[in-house]
Amino acid sequence: MTIAGNVLVLLGSAFLVLGGLGLLRMPDVYNRLQAGTKATTLGAMSVLLGSAFLAPGLATKAVLVIVFIALANPISSSTIARSAYKAGIPLAPVSVRDDLKSKEAAE
Amino acid sequence: MKPRSGLPYLIVSLAIVWVLVTASTSSDELLIGGLAVAIVALAVRNLWGVFAGIRFTPRAIVSAIAYFFIFLRELVKANLDVASRVLRPSLPIRPGIVEVRTGMRSSLGKLMLANSITLTPGTLTLDVRDDRMFIHWIDVQGQDADAATKAIVSGFENTLKEVME
Repeated sequence: MTIAGNVLVLLGSAFLVLGGLGLLRMPDVYNRLQAGTKATTLGAMSVLLGSAFLAPGLATKAVLVIVFIALANPISSSTIARSAYKAGIPLAPVSVRDDLKSKEAAE
Repeated sequence: MKPRSGLPYLIVSLAIVWVLVTASTSSDELLIGGLAVAIVALAVRNLWGVFAGIRFTPRAIVSAIAYFFIFLRELVKANLDVASRVLRPSLPIRPGIVEVRTGMRSSLGKLMLANSITLTPGTLTLDVRDDRMFIHWIDVQGQDADAATKAIVSGFENTLKEVME
């Protein structure tokens, strides 16, 4: 139990670190959100699951928090990305396509 | 088994969450929980219809479990994918916003699909308009909406449709 818990916490932390690195290296807000969202979701889930193994008394609550994170994280990222787009923040020059541009212009 | 209002589903899920959070079945806790559930249910009464699309047939439950595991696998893949991109010095990305079609009609179905897309490899839902979704894709492949729809949406959608609508 202790070993499994520690491994999960360590794995989760590793994903969180990689997510942070992603935030630094990605060229624009949209790509940063991509890196940030996925890493924090799985990272936090893994750390919480690990804590549940280490402290079984907290298991139900940890699982509940995992469910809430799985629901809330993607919604907040989508909302931030959408607001950024509506506020006119451009895609990085490396981007190859923008299907939403013509739709926005038509309105 | 499909009530017109989604209220029963909402009440049952809220009650389950309450019992799990308090981890107690004493009558005091249940009484307060009942009050809290009633207040929350009233506060979101305009949204009851959102929960009406869920099905509870055995087939739907099997699909829901299958969906959970597909989702988990994709989430892990997404993380490894991002990690490998971030760690490579050349930072191999080819980002863009693509338009895809969705066959989900209910709001809850679209929400679940949009969330799943956000958490899976290289894709982030930007906007949902009627049956179109606009997705930021970190590594754009193909040229048109059909190719993008096939690559991003189809895998989840077929399983999700079994659970609701």
